[in-house]
Amino acid sequence: MSDFFQHFGQTVAFIAITAVVIGSALAATFAKSIVHASFALFFTLLGMAGYYFLLGADFLGITQVIIYVGGILVLLLFGVLLTSRSLDQLQIRSRASYIAASAVGLAVLAMLWKAIIRGPWQHVTPVVPQQTTQSLGRLLLTDYLLAFEFSSVTLLAALIGAAYIVRRREK
Amino acid sequence: MQTVWPLFVYLAAAAAVPAGMIMVSFVLGARHSDRATGEPYESGIVSTGSARLRFPIHFYLVAMFFVIFDLEAVFLFAWAVAVRELGWAGFAEALVFIGVLVAALAYLWRLGALDWGPKPFARLSHSRHKDS
Amino acid sequence: MQEFVHFLQHDVLARISPPLGALPDQIVLLGAILVGAAPIVAFMAVIAMAWTYGERRIAGFIQARYGPNRVGPEGVLQPLADGIKLLAKEDIAPAGADRPLYELAPLLVFVGALLPFVALPFSEKWVISSMAAGVFYVLAFEAIEVIGIIMAGWAPNSKWSLYGGMRLAAQMVAYEIPMGLCLLTVVALAGTLNLGQICQMQGGAFGVGNWMVWPWVSPFATLAFFMFFVGGLAATKRAPFDLPEAESELVAGFHTEYSGIRFAFFFMAEYAAMYVVCAVATVCFLGGWHGPFREWLAPAAGAPTISDLLGKAVQVKTADGAWFVWANLWGALSVLGKWAFWKPMLYELLGAFYLIAKSFFLLFVMVWMRWTLPRIRIDQVIYMCLKVLLPFSLLCVLGAAAQTVFTDWNLLHWLLSAGK
Repeated sequence: MSDFFQHFGQTVAFIAITAVVIGSALAATFAKSIVHASFALFFTLLGMAGYYFLLGADFLGITQVIIYVGGILVLLLFGVLLTSRSLDQLQIRSRASYIAASAVGLAVLAMLWKAIIRGPWQHVTPVVPQQTTQSLGRLLLTDYLLAFEFSSVTLLAALIGAAYIVRRREK
Repeated sequence: MQTVWPLFVYLAAAAAVPAGMIMVSFVLGARHSDRATGEPYESGIVSTGSARLRFPIHFYLVAMFFVIFDLEAVFLFAWAVAVRELGWAGFAEALVFIGVLVAALAYLWRLGALDWGPKPFARLSHSRHKDS
Repeated sequence: MQEFVHFLQHDVLARISPPLGALPDQIVLLGAILVGAAPIVAFMAVIAMAWTYGERRIAGFIQARYGPNRVGPEGVLQPLADGIKLLAKEDIAPAGADRPLYELAPLLVFVGALLPFVALPFSEKWVISSMAAGVFYVLAFEAIEVIGIIMAGWAPNSKWSLYGGMRLAAQMVAYEIPMGLCLLTVVALAGTLNLGQICQMQGGAFGVGNWMVWPWVSPFATLAFFMFFVGGLAATKRAPFDLPEAESELVAGFHTEYSGIRFAFFFMAEYAAMYVVCAVATVCFLGGWHGPFREWLAPAAGAPTISDLLGKAVQVKTADGAWFVWANLWGALSVLGKWAFWKPMLYELLGAFYLIAKSFFLLFVMVWMRWTLPRIRIDQVIYMCLKVLLPFSLLCVLGAAAQTVFTDWNLLHWLLSAGK
């Protein structure tokens, strides 16, 4: 009985999150105004964090909120607000762009579909680690040290790149 | 998992409370429409033009800095929890990680990218690119 | 909390009313959280109301005038009157506004301000969810507020709103980095992200001597505390960082166009965010629920807990198929007359009192600063963040980590093992 409800609750949460993610992703895709599209993306990104929470990956879920919602999306919005002269006119209406985007989207979907179909899925009992953050930190600084240090170099490149772009626009 | 359940339920409850308050306000609140009800407030002056304005580039730069340093902070959060077991080796590794980013910060500082004013990079253009 | 709910259901409710006790765990937990969420939301509303009053009275005191003193004794009912007034006001939207976004924005800001309370402890055992990544979580949900504020700035198609909203978004986003790094200083010292565990570590020494903020515990944490507080002022747009809603130049910033209850949401969210910053500072740096004399009430080893007492008190009669056993209910209520019940209760209450009192002191300092310091310029805001707080907070993190590793590190042992 209790197991059933545990399972039931997870299913309900999963369906609710999925509805939010797919609905807002569609809204982001078909929104007439680019600002609306960006705000719709907010719910998509938040829903993704919801998935991570549901899977017990709390650190990953919070990272998703901090980086994607608090960082990337704010960056996107600032970018939108500073690039266009008149946001009312900035609407995506071109037929060609729809066709190109659909083609790319379908190609990615086909690839993913193939991966899903061909992938050797193994059914394992889910393990919920108690100390996700700690094990993450340990792995980052031991097994994945090179990736860890390399990421700082990537971030350095991004910082300098951002400053460079801004500098050129200022002139 | 178990600690996450309250979060979902609480989120629903937290959304329900303001929704209820808006409904109460909808019932109690007045509704009227006058000549200037729909005008944006501009301190009594008739407004000109749309408020969909362009924004200075500094805001973009601040957001960019945020994304980058926040990513750094996330990595450091993972490290900080495991500081004890990773010992001096971990400390040295983190020092390199932070050092690279501090170098970037120092470079930007030198460049004048951290100055917020009418002319960012003023220092740079004065000292090196006088004619540009 | 789950364990306690589980206990209440299976060992107490099942004795009083077997059918109710046999309900599925998840349903009972759901109900318990909903019941638990109500006081939290109420608590937030009370904090917001109390501080709208407190702020105006303190402002009055500092500026040698009265402040609100007409509604109720000394004006204490003023916030209630304001609340009723705001509920009954018209909800106006400018004609050029983007309606869906305009209406959604205050809700996002309000919900974003409510969310950190899930992981925020009020006392040693009083916390909705003792999350393993609590510190990180509390930081994260500022992000939702930022999006809500950009939305509120953009949607009404008003220039004041746009400028205020963008300034605030940039400011919040910028100051989240040093704030996070200051908390990281504490995390590096404590070795955990759980707010409750961080607080628990600061006990002892008469309840005051082991707070993180004291230089003898860690000088880096002392520095981090002050930087966190400054960052908190900026993130909650309090003076001297209140230029996003500078009334003399931007009218009211991003909420210029909002009226009635939607304005109230922004208002309450601001005070809730202030409380969250102060409470996190209290838990991480100022010893949270620890304070003098509290240890005297600490339960002795082997003393019966509230659960033990309750569990025993409901054993008066077996159910025998009845769906409600009154005798057991009276048994459960009789616990209320016992010192053994009130002692641990007082222990928690005193903890909650210390935590809230310390947070309120920090809130008072915030209000005090507002009426003391002049507003600074946006370039100074960014200067403060990127050139002062960021380098120093990085230094604090490294220092604290070095301190942690150093205290664990046995030089002699290391030398001996290196020689092998």
